Amino acid sequence: MDSQLGLIEQSFNNRYTLWVHEALDELPDSFTITDPSISGHPIVFASRGFLKMSGFSRAEIIGRNGRMFQGPRTNRRTIMEIREAIREERPIEVNLLNYKKDGTPFWMLFKMSLVFGKEDGRATHFVAVQVPIVSRKHMRNSGMSYSEDGGGSRLREIVFGSCRREVCSDSLLDLDRVLALDSDDTGLEIEDSCEASDLEKRKAATAIDNILSVLTHYSQLTGRLVCGKRCSLPGMGFISSSLYISLGRIKQSFVLIDPHLPDMPMVYASDAFLKLTGYDRNEVVGQNCRFLNGVDTDTTVLYQIKESIRTEQACTVRILNYRKDKSSFWNLLHISPIRNASGKIAYFAAVHTEEGCRNQDRHGLSLEMRQLSAIGAIKVAVRSLSMGAGPSKS
Amino acid sequence: MMLRIKRVPTVVSNYQKEETEEAAAAARRVSGCGRNCLNKCCIQGAKLPLYAFKRVNKFKTEMGVHGHEVREPEPPVAFLDSLVLGEWEDRVQRGLFRYDVTACETRVIPGQYGFIAQLNEGRHLKKRPTEFRVDKVLQPFDGNKFNFTKVGQEEVLFQFEASEDGEVQFHPSAPIDVENSPSVVAINVSPIEYGHVLLIPRVLECLPQRIDRDSFLLALYMAAEAGNPYFRLGYNSLGAFATINHLHFQAYYMALPFPIEKAPTKKIISTGSGVKISELLNYPVRGLVFEGGNSLEDLSNTVSDACICLQENNIPYNVLIADCGKRIFLLPQCYAEKQALGEVSSELLDTQVNPAVWEISGHMVLKRKKDYEEASEENAWRLLAEVSLSEERYQEVNALIFEAIARGDDANGGVAESVIGEADAKPKSGGEVDAINKNSCPAMVSGTPECLVLHSGSRYCGLMIRYCFYKLASAMTY
Repeated sequence: MDSQLGLIEQSFNNRYTLWVHEALDELPDSFTITDPSISGHPIVFASRGFLKMSGFSRAEIIGRNGRMFQGPRTNRRTIMEIREAIREERPIEVNLLNYKKDGTPFWMLFKMSLVFGKEDGRATHFVAVQVPIVSRKHMRNSGMSYSEDGGGSRLREIVFGSCRREVCSDSLLDLDRVLALDSDDTGLEIEDSCEASDLEKRKAATAIDNILSVLTHYSQLTGRLVCGKRCSLPGMGFISSSLYISLGRIKQSFVLIDPHLPDMPMVYASDAFLKLTGYDRNEVVGQNCRFLNGVDTDTTVLYQIKESIRTEQACTVRILNYRKDKSSFWNLLHISPIRNASGKIAYFAAVHTEEGCRNQDRHGLSLEMRQLSAIGAIKVAVRSLSMGAGPSKS
Repeated sequence: MMLRIKRVPTVVSNYQKEETEEAAAAARRVSGCGRNCLNKCCIQGAKLPLYAFKRVNKFKTEMGVHGHEVREPEPPVAFLDSLVLGEWEDRVQRGLFRYDVTACETRVIPGQYGFIAQLNEGRHLKKRPTEFRVDKVLQPFDGNKFNFTKVGQEEVLFQFEASEDGEVQFHPSAPIDVENSPSVVAINVSPIEYGHVLLIPRVLECLPQRIDRDSFLLALYMAAEAGNPYFRLGYNSLGAFATINHLHFQAYYMALPFPIEKAPTKKIISTGSGVKISELLNYPVRGLVFEGGNSLEDLSNTVSDACICLQENNIPYNVLIADCGKRIFLLPQCYAEKQALGEVSSELLDTQVNPAVWEISGHMVLKRKKDYEEASEENAWRLLAEVSLSEERYQEVNALIFEAIARGDDANGGVAESVIGEADAKPKSGGEVDAINKNSCPAMVSGTPECLVLHSGSRYCGLMIRYCFYKLASAMTY
C-alpha cells in the first residue's frame, strides 16, 4: 500500500509543480482526478468541494476507485457508459446517482474529460466534475418511470398530456411530493432518472475549463506539458490507458515485449515485476529484457527462448536472473505470444515466478495456474481492446 | 405438422460425434469406456478442482446503508476469474481446441451500436447438416444423442458448487461426489471467444435443456462470483438454436460492450421483491431487461419464472446474463420457426448465421470472408429484425410473462403490500378499470372490478395493476 501512495504522489509530481495542489484547492467546484496508469485506476486528487459534497475525508478517497460512490440504485447502463468512455479515452457527460458517506443517494451531473501529454499524446489523467442536480424534473417522454407511490397523480399527468407541462408542472410536482410523503414508508424517495438543467451543465463546463487551465499552467513549469485534447499521435509501443487499466488488474509479475520494434523492447512492466527485480518503471520500459541476464545465466536457455519467439510458440523455462542489486534468483519463466484483434501477434508476454516462493497462493491456485491465468487475462485484454476503432483522435 | 430446420451442429466436445455415429455407438453400448468420460464407466475415483462459492443474501455494495460497511480494497482479477482463465489457457497449451480463436480476425463494425463481427472459418464443419425439431421448446432428454456425460474429463475445468459454510472454498483436486450431483464447467472446443466455457448444472442428472429456478440461480452466482462485467453467460432454449438437449449455459470473455447492453430501456414495472423490469427500446430484437431485486435470489426467481412461462407456452427464447449478473436480458424469438416455414430470405440463410444469444446480443461469427468484409450495422440489424417477435406477438407474450411473475411474486411475498394504485382502482371509476381488464390484459384472471377489490391486499394484483397502468399510459401517449 505504501508504494501505491508513493505512486499517487508521483502521479502529480511528475507533471506539475507542487503548487498545483493549492491552486486546485482554490477552485470551488466538486471534482476528482484519476490516474489510469496506476493499478486500480485510483483517485489521485479530490477537491474540497467534493469532500464537502460527499461527506468523505481525503484519506478515505485517495487511492480508491470512483465506483466506491455507486450503490444499488445507480443505473447500471450509465455505469457501463462511463466505463466505455474511459476505455475509449473520450469525454462524457451523464446524469448519475451516487451515494454519500452516510448512505444518502443523490443525483448529479457527471462530466468527465481527459488530460493528455502534449508530446507523447498519452492520456495522463481523467478529470471528473460533479454538479449536484437540485431541480427535480420528471422525465416525460420515453423515460417514463412508474414509481410506486403516485398512481393517482400519474393518471392525471397522462390524461392532461404533455403540453400543459409548463403551466401545471409546479403544482403537479407538489402533489407528487405530498403523495410520496403519504404513501412512502421506505424512507428516502428518489427518482429513477433525472435530467440536469442548462445552468448545471454550464457550471460543469466552466469547472472543467478552470481545472484544465490550472493543470496546463502548472505543467508548463515542469516542462512536461499537458493539454485538454490529444495534440500528437501516440508513438510506437503505445499502450492505451485502457490497456493499462486492464493490465493493472493482473497481480503477477509480467512484462509485455513488442517484437515489431527494433531490439524487441519491453513496453509494459507490471508493479509486481518492478518489486521482484528492484527496478523503477522508467529504468526498464523501452529496454530489452537482457538486462535480467547475467554471468551465470545459461545461454542454451536463452537460445530456447529466442527459438520460441521466432516460431511463435509458448514456452516455459527455468532461468537464472539478476535483480538491480545484482542478487540472483531462479526464475520460472513462461513466455507466450499474444495476438490482437487482427489475429496477428502484437506482443509476447513473459510471466515470472521466483522459485522457492510460496507454491500456492492463499486460495490454493498453483503457481502454474497463476502464470497461465495471467496469460489468459493479457490475451483477453489485448484482443478485446484492439477490436474497436482505437483511441479517439480528438 | 412438425417444423424442422437443417443445420450443422457446432462441435463443443472432442468426443461429440455425428448423430448417426452416436446412435450406432449407443446401440453397440460403447459408451466411452477408457475414454475418461463422466459416465459410470470412468467417473469412479475421478478428481477435478472444486470451486465452492459463497451464497450471498443481499447484493454486496461497497457502501453500507449508513456507511458502516467495511470498505473492500480494489478488486484485482477475482479468484474465479483467474481459475477460468488459467484452466482455459492450460487447455490451449494442451491443444484441446479445434483452432486458436485469438487468431480469428475480429472488429467492431462502425455505427451507432458497434456490432462485433468475427471471421471464423474453422468453427463450422463441412459436414452433413442434421435435422433439428424447432417447434417444441420442451423435449425429453435422449441418452442416445450426444450429452455432456460423454465429454472427456480433460475438457472439464472444475466443479462449481455452493459452499457449505458460507465462505469461498477451493480444492485443487477434489473427488467428484456423484451422490451430490455436481455441476461442472467445461470448455467449448469450438470457442467463439477466449474463455468460452459451458456451465452444466447437475451434469450427471442429465436434465434436458430447460430452465428451472435452481439452475438459473447457479448461473447467476457464476456471473456474480466472476465479478467481471465482460464475462457474460448466455442461454439458448430449444427452438432458439440450442443444439444439445442437455441443460447448459455458455460463457466467454469479451472486454467490450455488447450492442444490446447499449440499447436504451424503458421501465415497465418494479415487482414486490424489488426487481425492475424494463423493455428494450430502439433495438432490432424486442425483449425485456431485469435488474435490481432485494437479493440475487429474488432477481433469479423472477427471471426463471418468466423463462418457465415461455417454455410452458412453447415460445423459444434466449437469455443474456450481463454486468456480473446485475442485468439480465430475456429475448423471445421466432427465427427458427420462420426458417422452417421457408420465410427467411436465401440471402440471410446463406450467411449461415444462426441467431442465438450471442448473435442477438450483437456478436456475429461469420464463416465467409465476403460476409465479414461486407458486415455492416444495417445488415446486422436486418438479420436481427427477422429474429424478433412482432410487436403484437411480443405484447401478448409480455402479458403472459407478467402474469407468471405476478403469481410467483405473490407466492413469495409474505407481507401484503399496499399500493396506492390499487386504492385508485377501486370503482367509482369501475368502468375504467373494467376497460383496462378487457382490452390490455387478456391474461387477467377475471374481468370484474370486484375481483380486484377482493384481492387488493395481494402482490399479484398490485403488480398486474401497475402493469395495466403502464400499458394504458403507453397507449395514451402514442
